Amino acid sequence: MLAALIGPALVLLTGLAAPTGIGLTNNFMSFARAMAFAQHPLGKLILFIVIVLFIWHGAERIYLTLRDMHAGAKFSLMWICYMTAGVLTLITIGALATIGS
Amino acid sequence: MSRSRPYIRPVETLWWARSPYLAYTLREATGVAVLGYALVLLAGVVCLATGERAYDVWLDFLKSPWSLSLHVLFLIGMIAHTWTWFRILPKTMPRLVIGGRILPQIRITAGGVAVAAASFIFIVFVAVWTQP
Repeated sequence: MLAALIGPALVLLTGLAAPTGIGLTNNFMSFARAMAFAQHPLGKLILFIVIVLFIWHGAERIYLTLRDMHAGAKFSLMWICYMTAGVLTLITIGALATIGS
Repeated sequence: MSRSRPYIRPVETLWWARSPYLAYTLREATGVAVLGYALVLLAGVVCLATGERAYDVWLDFLKSPWSLSLHVLFLIGMIAHTWTWFRILPKTMPRLVIGGRILPQIRITAGGVAVAAASFIFIVFVAVWTQP
């Protein structure tokens, strides 16, 4: 649901508009701005929610699709997909904690 | 006693690559775009936590043709995801009865897409408004 609502805008802004400077200034995602955003509790929360929910959304869909494709044993597919998502979640928490406030 | 041997209908290995199942496969494949974009963002956050030099490497990667083409694919996947998500939504929720009439599924899809469009405009507006 979240990806459906905010995904297209986020990809357009951070992946296309900001790097090319079309529609946005070049320092839209400068180190200082990104740092200030990630240090603010609300910014940190937004980053955490977007990254982690997108990861679990992708992992869930990939797991279910591979299961339906009979790409492997159900539990090994589940284990690989959810373990990867779990590890990435821990990395996200670790990085956001390192950035501090 | 004889063991039960239920008939298991054989399933073609590549059933998911054929119509009409290909539509399902492509719809679920948008999850790869969502995950891929999350990984790019996560790489950015990890670089941000590492320091300014690492972060600049990430910013330079975003400017590369590789990254730009990747994000065009992500954008296509995200838009396909938004569309298919709201196509499925009325099929997975209880029927909405308004004034004694069942709200048609296409109206719910249209409503969802309208909310997504409003959200898109809002986020782009906030980004442009708050930039230095």
